[in-house]
Amino acid sequence: MNVQAYFARHAQTLVGSLGRIVQQPFATLLTMGVVAVALALPLFLDVALQNVRSATGNWNEAFDLSVYMDKRASAARVAAVAKQLRQRPDVAAVRVIPADQALQEFRENSGFGKALDALSDNPLPDTLIVTPTLSASTPGGTDALKLAVTGIDDVQTVQLDTEWVKRLRAMLDIMRWVVLLTAGLLGVAVALIVGNTIRLDILSRRAEIEVMKLVGASDGFARRPFLYSGIWYGLGGGVMALILVAAAAALLARPVDRLAGLYGSKFHLQGLGFTAGAAVLLAAIGLAWLGSWLAATRHIRAIEPT
Amino acid sequence: MIRFDQVHKRYANGREALAGVSFHIGSGELAFLTGHSGAGKSSVLKLIALIERPTRGQVFINKQSTAGIKPRGIPQFRRQIGVVFQDHKLLHDRPVADNVALPLIIAGVPKREIDKRVRAALDQVGLLGKERSRPLELSTGEQQRVGIARAVVAKPALLIADEPTGNLDPDLALEIMRLFKRFNEVGVTVVIATHDVHLIDQVGGRRIVLGDGRVTDAGGPGDLGAP
Repeated sequence: MNVQAYFARHAQTLVGSLGRIVQQPFATLLTMGVVAVALALPLFLDVALQNVRSATGNWNEAFDLSVYMDKRASAARVAAVAKQLRQRPDVAAVRVIPADQALQEFRENSGFGKALDALSDNPLPDTLIVTPTLSASTPGGTDALKLAVTGIDDVQTVQLDTEWVKRLRAMLDIMRWVVLLTAGLLGVAVALIVGNTIRLDILSRRAEIEVMKLVGASDGFARRPFLYSGIWYGLGGGVMALILVAAAAALLARPVDRLAGLYGSKFHLQGLGFTAGAAVLLAAIGLAWLGSWLAATRHIRAIEPT
Repeated sequence: MIRFDQVHKRYANGREALAGVSFHIGSGELAFLTGHSGAGKSSVLKLIALIERPTRGQVFINKQSTAGIKPRGIPQFRRQIGVVFQDHKLLHDRPVADNVALPLIIAGVPKREIDKRVRAALDQVGLLGKERSRPLELSTGEQQRVGIARAVVAKPALLIADEPTGNLDPDLALEIMRLFKRFNEVGVTVVIATHDVHLIDQVGGRRIVLGDGRVTDAGGPGDLGAP
């Protein structure tokens, strides 16, 4: 058999198997739909996880140190401490928020304006917001910085809000494994679903396979159209899964933007992206092919003319 | 071409279909396997087409023992044999041309060559012009001729048929038998299982009579039987 005839025959089988599954649109869509749902579930989880990850990753300000000065420290002393901190190699920037300004901001943002008026003097201290350099923005780096700043005279308290970020990161790591395990299980489900569809398909075409074997078809030849059907199921299911995920992302984009806006963040919901989408399609086709290969190999071998 | 050597066949249900069958059919012969139903005609054909394996004894096709053919080799082996069935075994959802082309497609013959040979085979059985018909649109006799066209399209040296006229009225049956005879005349070895002795008399050919799983009359190579 020459190469051209070989490819022509494969192309013919490929198109032929598509024609055959299109002849039963309801059953085909049902199988593809089940495949799509099985694929979409881990994809939803993954997209959600990636977004939480990138959202918290943007919050570098969480690593800023809030340095509260002693209320008795003079303005000059506050400026001197700020200058001293700016000279440190692990500090990128220092912003000074004088007590008056802090009170003003608090009055505007908190809604406690009336209550604050009742106070005779400003309860807030002068504050320094210290941003570590990028290289020092590690849990260890910020801890060391915190220790050093705490030792400076006239510094009352140093607050570092990293604990919750650390916990969130740990939870996200666990979630990542949950997503991977879910994806693995549902991947197996995709192979089984397609395999079972192919099995039924083979049983319903038993007579035809018998005839083909009688006139000299090998198992491989009889199996080929079923493998191509499997590939179509995988491709169709994969495309439907991507549509589901894209639709969900589009649906959630506005509420997420609104939520991000409330937090003063410019965060936007990210979809799957081209590379990930292509990978999903390849994985769907691969799993469906595997399922149909297992089913077809087993059941076609079992059919012998009598 | 075909040699049976003390062949026994016992099926899984315990029925002994063949109990020591021996005969030889030479290349280019036309032979009829005959005998009452259950005499073992179909079993002989199934052993030739490797649908079944002998329980004991050996079957030689082209001097090669079928015992040496592994399951992987069966498809290749079957491509050298044309088989015609009583119930035609056509694919009803494909047009006639596709049915006839099946052995060529399986063998990987290029498309243009396939079209040519399918038309030639349909011409030989008198069905040229019916390429696009569905098998169920044809009469039983025509369907059987499609089955024959499929059996001969790959130009096998051996053609076997199991009760090919079983469902046909006498005139059509004779026509089909004459068709087989024509293939035999161009050198194809033809083995036909039939219970219709009258038909054999009309066509003429060697007669191998089976009874209770044994050969009761092997005819003899070159024996043309009654005219």
